[in-house]
Amino acid sequence: MFTDLPLLSLLIWLPVLGGIVVLINGDNNPWARPLSLLISIVTLVLSIGLYVGFDNATHQMQFAEQASWISTFNINYALGIDGFSMPLIILTSFSTVIVVVAGWEVIKDRVSQYMAAFLIMEGLMIAVFASLDAILFYVFFEAMLIPLFLVIGIWGGPNRVYATIKFFLYTLFGSVFLLLALLYLHHVSGSFSILDFHEVSLTLQEQTYLFLAFLIAFAVKVPMWPVHTWLPDAHVEAPTGGSVILAAITLKIGGYGLIRFALPITPDASMALDWLVISLSLIAVVYIGFVALAQSDLKKLIAYSSIAHMGFVTLGLFIVFRIFANTTDISGAVLAVEGAMVQMISHGFIAAAMFLSVGVLYDRMHTREISAYGGVINTMPIFGGFAVFFAMANAGLPGTSGFVGEFMVILAAFQANFWFAFLAATTLILGAAYTLWMVKRVMFGEIANDDVAQLTDLNRREFWMLASLAIIVLAIGLWPAPLTEVMHSSVEHLLSQVSQSKI
Amino acid sequence: MTTNLLLALALAPLIGSIIAGLFGKKVGKVWSHRAAIIGVATSFALSVWVLKLVAVDGETYNQQIYQWLQAGTLSLEVGFMVDALTAMMMVVVTFVSLMVHIYTIGYMHDDDGYSRFFSYISLFTFSMLILVMANNFMQLFFGWEAVGLVSYLLIGFWYKKPTAIYANLKAFLVNRVGDFGFLLGIAGVLMYAGSLDYVEVFSQAPSMSEKTIAIFEGHDWSVMSLICILLFIGAMGKSAQVPLHVWLPDSMEGPTPISALIHAATMVTAGIFMVTRMSPLFEFSETALSFVLVIGAITALFMGFLGLIQNDIKRVIAYSTLSQLGYMTVALGASAYAAGVFHLMTHAFFKALLFLGAGSVIIAMHHEQDIRKMGGLKKYMPITYWTALIGSLALIGFPGLSGFFSKDSIIEAVHASDIAGSGFAYFAVITGVFITALYSFRLFFLVFHGKERFDTHGEHRPHESPAVVSVPLILLAIPSVVVGYLIGPMVFGDFFGNAIIVHAEHDVLAHVAEEYHGVLGFILHGMTQLPFWLAMSGVATAYYLYMVRPELPAKIQQRFQWLYRVLDNKYGFDDFNQKVFAGGSRRIGQLLWKLGDQKIIDGAIVNGTAKTVGMVSKWVRHVQSGYLYHYAFAMIIGLYVLLTYFVV
Repeated sequence: MFTDLPLLSLLIWLPVLGGIVVLINGDNNPWARPLSLLISIVTLVLSIGLYVGFDNATHQMQFAEQASWISTFNINYALGIDGFSMPLIILTSFSTVIVVVAGWEVIKDRVSQYMAAFLIMEGLMIAVFASLDAILFYVFFEAMLIPLFLVIGIWGGPNRVYATIKFFLYTLFGSVFLLLALLYLHHVSGSFSILDFHEVSLTLQEQTYLFLAFLIAFAVKVPMWPVHTWLPDAHVEAPTGGSVILAAITLKIGGYGLIRFALPITPDASMALDWLVISLSLIAVVYIGFVALAQSDLKKLIAYSSIAHMGFVTLGLFIVFRIFANTTDISGAVLAVEGAMVQMISHGFIAAAMFLSVGVLYDRMHTREISAYGGVINTMPIFGGFAVFFAMANAGLPGTSGFVGEFMVILAAFQANFWFAFLAATTLILGAAYTLWMVKRVMFGEIANDDVAQLTDLNRREFWMLASLAIIVLAIGLWPAPLTEVMHSSVEHLLSQVSQSKI
Repeated sequence: MTTNLLLALALAPLIGSIIAGLFGKKVGKVWSHRAAIIGVATSFALSVWVLKLVAVDGETYNQQIYQWLQAGTLSLEVGFMVDALTAMMMVVVTFVSLMVHIYTIGYMHDDDGYSRFFSYISLFTFSMLILVMANNFMQLFFGWEAVGLVSYLLIGFWYKKPTAIYANLKAFLVNRVGDFGFLLGIAGVLMYAGSLDYVEVFSQAPSMSEKTIAIFEGHDWSVMSLICILLFIGAMGKSAQVPLHVWLPDSMEGPTPISALIHAATMVTAGIFMVTRMSPLFEFSETALSFVLVIGAITALFMGFLGLIQNDIKRVIAYSTLSQLGYMTVALGASAYAAGVFHLMTHAFFKALLFLGAGSVIIAMHHEQDIRKMGGLKKYMPITYWTALIGSLALIGFPGLSGFFSKDSIIEAVHASDIAGSGFAYFAVITGVFITALYSFRLFFLVFHGKERFDTHGEHRPHESPAVVSVPLILLAIPSVVVGYLIGPMVFGDFFGNAIIVHAEHDVLAHVAEEYHGVLGFILHGMTQLPFWLAMSGVATAYYLYMVRPELPAKIQQRFQWLYRVLDNKYGFDDFNQKVFAGGSRRIGQLLWKLGDQKIIDGAIVNGTAKTVGMVSKWVRHVQSGYLYHYAFAMIIGLYVLLTYFVV
């Protein structure tokens, strides 16, 4: 049933147009919230259609759509998804529902603009994951930042202007290189189709420049050390919904970009420079793990924790060359890449849950300072249960999704080099240390002050928001196979691409 | 044995836990504990049935339940493996758990977190069952961490107490240090065996043992030694071996029933179980076995000393647990796995008994835990007294009680072993016998005999605990006496069958078995041996020091101040960890953040760039004059430059 519809176009334009409708209706319209929720839920249901109609057996692009857009330059409106993009699209549509629910009572100013920003952003982000034309990708890649800047700039905290500009400059810095790389590839291939880019032969020198351009562009998004410092600032100033989208989706575009562009287009350069990405990833895990320990602001702590967790994504993607060198079996490399993907999806849910939990506290206490809390579990026992659960997921406890990706990447890293696994596995200690120490200071102990004594536990809206995330985190942790099954063909295809020289 | 039987067995406590935990408020206190107890009782009954199927009918089970994940040719599955080792563990875990469940009704009846407590201990039982029933490393790790989670929740059960929430964080992090090694070990297993399934990995063991890995350039290490030591680091965390033992004494901050169940009888023995399960791997590495032996010996001896000077009733027993875990580890190192697991079983019964007895005393003393403020409780609490006597005698290895059989077989096995470190280990376990007797009966005499040193709280005299407390004590006292008589089949016989693999050159138990001529002979032989006389002199010393000349201990303490201080500081492990690891990490974090992120990356590069851009744009602003002819001129120049470039 789903395969007959132009499902991807629907997924992109329904939220965008819906967002515009919400926007036009204005702030006084009581329908702004329910309408936004309806649009986001319909989008979610449609996106699940992608999973249902998805053919696991092929690495070919599915649900493909093609139309000429700017024929002079052979730029097309080309859409399609594979095992990498499909889970990320569902993550996007799910996160948007959560964000709409999260902003329900909290956002009192310019409600329709707020909701519209997130709906439009949803469409644009889905478009980023679905685009098969480089220019189309680039346009959406840039366009999706605009609503995000607005969200931080309008509904953000006191220092929002600095954060927005820093974020803007960082990403602009990255995008310039991306555009140059795409234009060069067009020059070589005569096409803007990303799949055509995959087929182009390139010298090692060409590949190296292109690879570095891709790396800069996407490393900023991931973000990798040392281009990560925009993230804590952006999170601190962003409203809860902004943080959720930032952590759950925006960072994933970095990882997705490396999968879609860097690895298949420049495999030889990726191999020659894998030491660089691996080093930066391990620095992210260890260095950032320590930095997270030193944080006194809840959101900063979780932001740093995100960077450390994303280190597993880039690590998993770039250890494959060394695994190939050490083993004859493909399983280790599959484990690494799928581990990276699972880590992205899982981090999307867990980081969203963590930021929502901070939001729950912030809405009541209007502070993010850890020292302002203490003994919250006394007054908010149900919330306390969720907080401990998500903290454990963040610390990678087996049975939660947080474990799966890290486990896969660490297992694979051992096959690349013992020390990679050794350094990556420090997250077991560091991740638990910064997360549970935070939980101890915020949740446990005697009631610290009068503000904490006045706290009220979760309302029904907040309960279901966190409960739905908890169920997913638990489900992926107990049975990740349905998630990884859809990736197998695409992962194996990617691995065959990266193991063939293009020189 | 059917899959459904095992599923029901494993899931029954989980269901109980969910009812008590999520719906505790709705169903009320009584139905919370009923649900939990029915779940665990079901599990226990089915475990006994499974043990019968394994031991009598000779059945085993090894099947997958569902595929957890697939990557390439690698399949990670959730499944059960039940053999004699598993079946024994299942019975021990569910029996002690059931006793603790019943006991909890009495111990926790006034606590606000009553339902929550039942939920946790049932969840623990589920996790522990998954751990012992696993047929692969992934699921083993799941159970491993799940019991760690429940331990964290239960140590911090009274979350308002600063010491409790300090202790639970410490316990979790120290265990994570062990898990760090454990996970790397698992990754090594996957790399060199190509699978995480037990049977598959064990069948690869001979070929794995021939491989080497160069962790440091130019130094080839045996893969098997590396993997086994990494796995054992995990066991050191969970089974609290030096230097990762530091969390266990602090874990006594939790309610007493869980000290009995988790921090004495079952969870802390997970490491012992794991190494036994991995005997097909450990047997290939004498390096790893020696490492295990020496660590165990250090723990057995030096943790025993600490028990001598503790005054908190639970901490004395906690240090005794550490020391006894050392004994079990020594047995593993000597390849006497069966003896180690046998001691695990006997210890589970008598140590749970001692802890629950201590809990009974604590109730009577209105939550006073200092043994200097007790004394003479014998006449008020006869059941607690007699069961505690049985537990203490079993612990010190009094002939005929369970601990005697298991401990003596460990001592004999170490004596027969000749791998590196066995001389020291033998010295440690022999000396440990005297120390064990001394601290156990110091505790026993101070609590139950002599003058009444407690404040009677007016009219309230101490009295025996209610039946829900005393009946579990009696039920635990029975196996504490009788299970030792299983030594024939379990240690010297073939009860474990293929579950434990020992290479002929390490088979010390076969050596000891040559001298074994039935239980009675073993007892009579034991009474002529050094350990028995050491134990007796330990009891006599305790009697002399604390009953006959009670002023002496203080004098000895005065005389040996420096020694007392070393012991009182627990050899300085806690201070060292607190300063170097906890403090050091925080300082590194601060340094990297302030210097790396804020000064260098943000200060010099990012904001520096912004400043440079600012300066450049000031200059560029002159170019943007707004006059059309300026722009036209620039365009023409630009076009000219481009044309020149392309044409020339």
